Amino acid sequence: MTTTRLSLPGPDATDAAGAALARHLAPGATVLLSGELGAGKTHLARAAIRALAGPEVEVVSPTFTLVQTYATPLGELWHADLYRIEDPSEVAETGLEDALGTAICLIEWPERMGVLPRDALRLSLRHDGDGRVLELAGGPRWDGLRAALAGAVHA
Amino acid sequence: MDRHSGRCYRRRVDFRNAPLTVLGIEASCDDTAAALVRHVPGAAPVILSNVVAGQDALHEGFGGVVPEIAARAHAEALDLTVEKALEGRGLRVVDAVAVTAGPGLIGGVVAGVMLAKGIAAGAGLPLVGVNHLAGHALTPRLTDGLSFPYLMLLVSGGHCQFLLVRGEGDHRRLGGTIDDAPGEAFDKTARLLGLPMPGGPAVEREAARGTPRIALPRPLLGREGCDLSFSGLKTAVLRARGDLAPDGALREGDRADLCASFQAAVTEVLAEKSRRALRAAGPVTAFAVAGGVAANGAIRAALEGVAAEAGTPFAAPPPPLCTDNGAMIAWAGIEALRQGRRDDLTLAARPRWPLDEAAAPMLGSGKRGAKA
Repeated sequence: MTTTRLSLPGPDATDAAGAALARHLAPGATVLLSGELGAGKTHLARAAIRALAGPEVEVVSPTFTLVQTYATPLGELWHADLYRIEDPSEVAETGLEDALGTAICLIEWPERMGVLPRDALRLSLRHDGDGRVLELAGGPRWDGLRAALAGAVHA
Repeated sequence: MDRHSGRCYRRRVDFRNAPLTVLGIEASCDDTAAALVRHVPGAAPVILSNVVAGQDALHEGFGGVVPEIAARAHAEALDLTVEKALEGRGLRVVDAVAVTAGPGLIGGVVAGVMLAKGIAAGAGLPLVGVNHLAGHALTPRLTDGLSFPYLMLLVSGGHCQFLLVRGEGDHRRLGGTIDDAPGEAFDKTARLLGLPMPGGPAVEREAARGTPRIALPRPLLGREGCDLSFSGLKTAVLRARGDLAPDGALREGDRADLCASFQAAVTEVLAEKSRRALRAAGPVTAFAVAGGVAANGAIRAALEGVAAEAGTPFAAPPPPLCTDNGAMIAWAGIEALRQGRRDDLTLAARPRWPLDEAAAPMLGSGKRGAKA
């Protein structure tokens, strides 16, 4: 697994990274989004969802509802936020386990799942001054995204 | 059993005018809840029981042995919760069963719907599936006897939307949050500032000791319409924290001032958008506010002020009926039955069920999130 690091100086860079991510998603793809509160996980997910489902789509926070689902040209997309999950057994209630591997799943606070899905793209965000640093780790299927991200964000 | 339709009705009742006692079942997100509501036409409805499953009920049911039970173990908690709501009356007093059929988490919604179907089939009772958000939207009629149409602001941890409630099953969404709900913004601000949970009351307490001297944005205030945004406010709080305490140690006075500034920003945005929503709604009987955030004194006072400015009566159901509960589902079931609507045993769980289905195509072919 290779790790790539890139700097996101502002919200526009995060939007560009989200759009690049969207172009590399396929049905069954799982993306795990880690990072502390306010690191930009939902912002990045929103940018990816809008790039796929349409710019007019409202992407509300899944923090309280746990899951928000969207219809996209690539089939269903699940946007989950597991922050409020206290025990991995609760994940069953969300239906997320059935969606994994079929729907596109973007999962915030994936650490709460206990066992992490294999073959997932792991993204982590952290503060860096006024901007953010994005780290990307995943298998070879994500190599195209690595190259695209470098181009998209610095363009 | 009606052999022709396959539906199970114990009695032929004209639900439009008869006295009705309805069992309401809610298990769509965090809580497992059940309630009995009775309504005699012409009189105020009465909540006979309203049970939200706590660990107590679970412990009792397992005879003091506490197995590993997750917070959202709806399937395990449902039977006991319904039994408690019936308070030993049995199903004889029940005229119909209402259940949240969506939107919500698939696990809970399916568990609730299956139990409701089981009770309906077993006892030969009519069944009605209720939209969870319709339950919230109709609550001011249960608690305050409002007449249609009224403007409703649903404002809580997970919700923030303006609804023009024109009738049972007839809601128009005038606007709502495009990202976080205000309750979530309060919780996250509390976490960022090291305050205890629940974040709403903690931030309010701090705010009362501070002055709103820190400039924070008023998201979307300049944009036309009734949509709201609170995610940027969270980021602004984070930045202000960094400015006030570059070394990470936020002084107590600064923290109180930051809370006061945050609360002032949320209050001002909610008040101005409520003004606009009242104008957009046209003539209404009342402005009703429901949800945990309405318990915030400053916000509530500001919203009451907006209603007074417009000469519109203000209503705010009591907090226990603003969070998820069975009474609102029972009441929404009564309203549906009064309109002649009921379901049969083919009732399906709908994890994604927008309240304002007419509006969905305008906003991207129903691509909104489950509880948008």
